Amino acid sequence: MSISQRFWISLILSLPMVANMILMPFGWLLPGGAWTQLVLTTLIMLISARPFWESAWASFKKHHSNMDTLVAIGTVTAYVYSIYAMITSQDVFFESAAFVTTFVLLGQVFEERMRNNASNAVEKLANLQAKDAEVLRDGQFTKIPLSEVVVGDMIRVKPGQKIPVDGIITEGTSSVDESMVTGESMPVEKKMDDAVIGATINGNGTFTFKANKIGEDTMLSQIVELVKKAQNSHAPIQNLTDKVSDIFVPIVLILAILTFLIWYVFLDASVANALIFAVSVVVIACPCALGLATPTALMVGTGRGAKMGILIKDGTVLEAVNDIQTVVFDKTGTITVGKPQVTDIVGDTKQVLSIAASLEENSEHPLAAAILDRAKTDQAQTQPTTGFKAIEGKGVEAQINDQRGVVGNDKLAQDLVFGDALKQQMVTLQNQAKTVVLVGLDQTVIGLIAIQDVPKDTSREAIADLKARGLKTVMLTGDNQRVAQAVAEEVGIDDVIADVLPGDKADHIADLQKTGKVAFVGDGINDAPALTTADVGIVMGSGTDIAIDSGGIVLVKNDLRDVDRALALSKKTFNRIKLNLFWAFVYNVLGIPVAAGVFYFIGLSLSPELAGLAMAFSSLSVVTSSVLLNKAKIKPKRNVQVD
Amino acid sequence: MIKIIVLIVGLAIIGFIGWWFFGKHTTEEVAADVQDQQQEIDIEVNGGYSPETVVLKQGVPAILNFTRKDASSCLDRVVFSDFGINQELPRNQKEAITIDTTTPGEYQWACGMDMFHGKLIIK
Repeated sequence: MSISQRFWISLILSLPMVANMILMPFGWLLPGGAWTQLVLTTLIMLISARPFWESAWASFKKHHSNMDTLVAIGTVTAYVYSIYAMITSQDVFFESAAFVTTFVLLGQVFEERMRNNASNAVEKLANLQAKDAEVLRDGQFTKIPLSEVVVGDMIRVKPGQKIPVDGIITEGTSSVDESMVTGESMPVEKKMDDAVIGATINGNGTFTFKANKIGEDTMLSQIVELVKKAQNSHAPIQNLTDKVSDIFVPIVLILAILTFLIWYVFLDASVANALIFAVSVVVIACPCALGLATPTALMVGTGRGAKMGILIKDGTVLEAVNDIQTVVFDKTGTITVGKPQVTDIVGDTKQVLSIAASLEENSEHPLAAAILDRAKTDQAQTQPTTGFKAIEGKGVEAQINDQRGVVGNDKLAQDLVFGDALKQQMVTLQNQAKTVVLVGLDQTVIGLIAIQDVPKDTSREAIADLKARGLKTVMLTGDNQRVAQAVAEEVGIDDVIADVLPGDKADHIADLQKTGKVAFVGDGINDAPALTTADVGIVMGSGTDIAIDSGGIVLVKNDLRDVDRALALSKKTFNRIKLNLFWAFVYNVLGIPVAAGVFYFIGLSLSPELAGLAMAFSSLSVVTSSVLLNKAKIKPKRNVQVD
Repeated sequence: MIKIIVLIVGLAIIGFIGWWFFGKHTTEEVAADVQDQQQEIDIEVNGGYSPETVVLKQGVPAILNFTRKDASSCLDRVVFSDFGINQELPRNQKEAITIDTTTPGEYQWACGMDMFHGKLIIK
């Protein structure tokens, strides 16, 4: 029989006794008196409460005890005593046994619902998966079930359809809603050679892509797996409750017996009164609230994170975040875009860009890519070149329209006519930590192109958010001091540690750890040692690989502001755990003495029914408080408004 | 007089509770059956887990079959926090849980409320 069926039966059978209790002062008595109560309560005990005894007995035989032990002993004591009282014609309290059973079951019905509610984040994620895919087979696109898709399949996605698996677009363009996987609320534009993520929703275009990850390898599957692990992980703070839960129930039983003995033997209370106090003690104690405090909050917190594109590895990480004092960032790819870009063009923009692009077309230099990118966006025309050759250590040259064009670094200046005004601008640009490329035509410098790995749009805001939280920010980079300093100033970072060899990053983290706990934010592939050394490693997402091994937190979308959100979420969740534990402890520590009648002489006492009600709602309130984490506001401290 | 008897009986019950729940009691330790490159063991869930300690061979795929006999909602889930497993156990229904036995060690499992515990030893 299900818990809710047991609840309804016991509620309906209890109602006549409720009526009896309320209407007694008005002179109405339950027909049949104690006999009717006996029949109703016996039915409740046999149908609704029996599973409690069975479970209690089964655990007793194994030297264990649980919630059900307490409920069983409490209700059976009240029931058996009432039968004895009936025989000896004293006052009975059948209704205590009946009501306690009803209330406890009511609590369990709600609690079951809430617990399912807390754990359904993973289910929701897993259900995002598409059911079928339109795959190119024998020259035709046919719909096949998702399980039959293999790596290398060409898959067509029409507007509004779900993208079935991960892959790379081979044809067509579209905008894709990736919010369900990455948490990014704006649709993302996709064109040829861009990666698409399975389970995201195609917008307005039709495109074909080549599947490169299926089944368990897809990003969604990796996220689901990770969230599952995180939700069921153990937080160190739980060690306390683990210890308490083992001894909790026997201690409560001992306390209940002591309560009875003290009231009956030393305070001369009647057997009935002493028993009521003892039953109240047994019924009010609630070890479940303690046991539920951490896991439910962890479940909701990590599940909520997954929805925001923030994957937290486990409860240990969540707890570690709480003591972080310094956040260290890798520069390239974390604070900056990670790809050099043209920032300034001096001279006749069109001509300078056109000549530079024409010459660099054949070059594989990383700076060349930046120039060609800019030429493409500005739609600068390239011209045919002949006689292309490299000038050792300086740049490249070639013939354009019978003129000699050169592109290169500042060492070229010696060979060319270089106007003072341009020279001045070159120095200014270099002081801004930009790499300056000279463009020359017929022995004269005609213009400059400044290139820089620019900070991401959101970096400045992200750093400000962290500083508002009172955290120290540090940038760790292999770049030279001047470049690093310029970027740091632009985004507002406190300290810069430049000229660091990749292998030394972990040592610098260890140094910083001497003054407090450190979080390191990096890209996961190159920064693995630093991420592992730091107290909390935060990996910025790149592509569809979730590299959790080195990090404690993975940010699915490449947005630095998520560092602050991740910290905020972790802290909120951990605080909720602490709050839950606090209330669960306080509830038991206060509830038991009140139930035992310690405050009886100042008029404060609890009947077993009220104790049962309190018990039912203590675990319910803990679970509710955890579920409410879903509604808690996660926002930067900076914008907190006082109202 | 009757009060003294009640007092003695009460204290005796307290003593019994202390001995029964806190005293040292041996728990059964059972190794899984290995057959055809697979090991399997049945675990009954009734007021706790029996057996409570399960020994598995490293490297052999393992299946733990949990059957919940107990009606208590305390035991309606089984959680292996080290493996990210949180399995619902419908009553009187055999639920197979696959365990990855690549890393030797001792692992705890628990009920959904962390009240009942079991131990997994992979060696």
